[in-house]
Amino acid sequence: MNENTINLIKEKLGSKIKKFVEYNPKRFYIDILPSDVVSAAKILFVELQLRFIIATGIDRPDGLEILYHFSDDKSGSVISVRVLIADKEKPEIETISKIVKGAEWIEREMWELLGINFRGHPNLKHLLLRDDWPEKNYPLRQGQGEGRKNV
Amino acid sequence: MSDKKRTIIPIGPYHPLQEEAEFFKLYVEGEKVVDMDIELGYNHRGIEKLSESLHWDQSTFLVERICGICSTSHPFAYVNAVEDLAGIEIPIRAKYIRSIIGELERIQSHMLWLGLAGHFLGYNTVWMWSWKYRELVNDMFEFITGNRMHYAMMKIGGVRRDIEKKDIPQVEKMCNDLIPALDLFKGAVMDDPVIHARTKGVGILPREVAVDYCVVGPTARASGVDIDVRRDDPQNSAYSLVDWKVIVTQNGDVFDKAVVRILEMYESIKIIRGCLSGLKKEPEGIFDLNVKEIPSGEGIGHYEAPRGEVYHYVRSDGTNRPVRHKVRAPSYVNVPSNQYAVKGETISDAAIILAAVDPCYCCTERVAVIDKEKNKKLMNGFDLIKLCQKKTELLRKMSF
Amino acid sequence: MPASLKIKALTKSIWVFHLACSPCNNCDIEILDVLTPRYDVERFGIQLVGSVRHADALLVTGMVGRKVVDRVKRIYEQAPKPCVVIAVGGCACSEGIFRDSYNACGPLDKIIPVNAYIPGCPPKPEAIIMSVVKLIKALKGEK
Repeated sequence: MNENTINLIKEKLGSKIKKFVEYNPKRFYIDILPSDVVSAAKILFVELQLRFIIATGIDRPDGLEILYHFSDDKSGSVISVRVLIADKEKPEIETISKIVKGAEWIEREMWELLGINFRGHPNLKHLLLRDDWPEKNYPLRQGQGEGRKNV
Repeated sequence: MSDKKRTIIPIGPYHPLQEEAEFFKLYVEGEKVVDMDIELGYNHRGIEKLSESLHWDQSTFLVERICGICSTSHPFAYVNAVEDLAGIEIPIRAKYIRSIIGELERIQSHMLWLGLAGHFLGYNTVWMWSWKYRELVNDMFEFITGNRMHYAMMKIGGVRRDIEKKDIPQVEKMCNDLIPALDLFKGAVMDDPVIHARTKGVGILPREVAVDYCVVGPTARASGVDIDVRRDDPQNSAYSLVDWKVIVTQNGDVFDKAVVRILEMYESIKIIRGCLSGLKKEPEGIFDLNVKEIPSGEGIGHYEAPRGEVYHYVRSDGTNRPVRHKVRAPSYVNVPSNQYAVKGETISDAAIILAAVDPCYCCTERVAVIDKEKNKKLMNGFDLIKLCQKKTELLRKMSF
Repeated sequence: MPASLKIKALTKSIWVFHLACSPCNNCDIEILDVLTPRYDVERFGIQLVGSVRHADALLVTGMVGRKVVDRVKRIYEQAPKPCVVIAVGGCACSEGIFRDSYNACGPLDKIIPVNAYIPGCPPKPEAIIMSVVKLIKALKGEK
């Protein structure tokens, strides 16, 4: 079962895959380009019926990384799709919330905590932080939002 | 839709009954709910950032304090993630103990929910009963772990305390004492005509919508989505070693969500008994691998919390702290589904629908109806509870 | 009404309002535990009320997050005076493990005056009951 799904993913994503890592038999990491993220989400979520778990945004020295985690509930394996946005000054990526409704909140969260702009998101506003949170202050970026501050 | 007739009902952020502050804005026309807005963040504590400044072992205690009700699920998923990263297989005794603690927590949490659901229906007897019998589970926790809450049992590479052989009969006896209480609730919910009338066909979440919103846990299983992390991916736990089954129902209404939770409690008892008999066979003393170093890499851990799948992602660069630690709690995906479920229902049912996903916040008590034009308070939380009770009263007369 | 009479009235059947400021729920559950059959403080007239305007005491839990800080101040202002504030749990007393969070602006006693502290993570129901008893004694001027 598991083998089949993985082969199917490999086949459907095809040339979009830049790197394929099998960390262990239940954990797979796939690197793709930021421009392919919507079509990849369509394949995984709509065609292959995987469940979208969550996305993780990570601040790296060489850019901002987003991991989209998908779960194959039949085999219990997790497939993580990795994209790297190199532009740290004005990071932008297409939204997947039009395909995956459950991704709406996490994109809002990444927008406010990491400063990634999601093109085409229907409702990009503060989710967790105060509405008057200072601009250009992204708590999850390295060296920002650390330690206590007095209000 | 004319904006004139629309009324906004803010629910929260403060409510007398319980838990955290959260803010729902219901748009209603007459008695019908037409739309809803959810505002979060009253509870944001920046745990993901804090975790990056803590040692691997310290983070276990931090994630425990994400939520008090599922305070073993988060550490469970977190240690699973770290063990996935490092490729550790824990001793079988630790697996059994982990599962016992996880299942006890599930019973505790479902009872808590059941009580609150009863309260939201205006059926306070159920509330008092279930909180009374919940104390039995808390006693068990105190006996096994030493704490009523925040059990601190999870540890990277095993568990912190053993359940010794001499203690097992006492735990079994406590388990047996729980059964009459569960039977009581089963009877109270499954056979009560008032609860049937108030919850059947209310707040339906169809299967396709459930898949679309990516909901998890009892919310998904009540809608016929057959997922359970305990069965699908039992990382470092004993769920694959004992006999139990996943409860799935098809209707997706509030009643089904209650039924799923009640039947799950029986399954939990079954798992605990299986684990206890497994523990008896294993030699004592080996319940922890002394894990000293975490290699670089990335790991994913998930666990079926009482509310659904808890998901943790950690990345290490080989030092003694995580580089990134992502946490996804089940309510994060379950709560948005309310936006669908509550549409077209009456206000008096909104309280129970919002509570039905078992959110980690139920600010459904302190409600004020505000007329948009005059911006004047028309109705407060007590009026709403009264409205609920009136409806229950009415149904009671009808059904007898 | 003279102040002494107000204090005397306050010590009879305290009505509490429960205020959660970014807690982890545990202290909140223990507060509810105190009110339900096992501990049942309603015997002594201690009751949870729905509106802060009816309350004699505020039970505050959790480290105070930035989004709730204004509301905490507003709710304290709405409470009829005299009113006692009890900080329940380690987070409300000292922010506990969340001390270094970017969203923290507590502890509670920097924001509103606090009359009693109940440490513990979470405090046991017995501890909560004991603190209320001690507080009543202190208000009456007993030792």
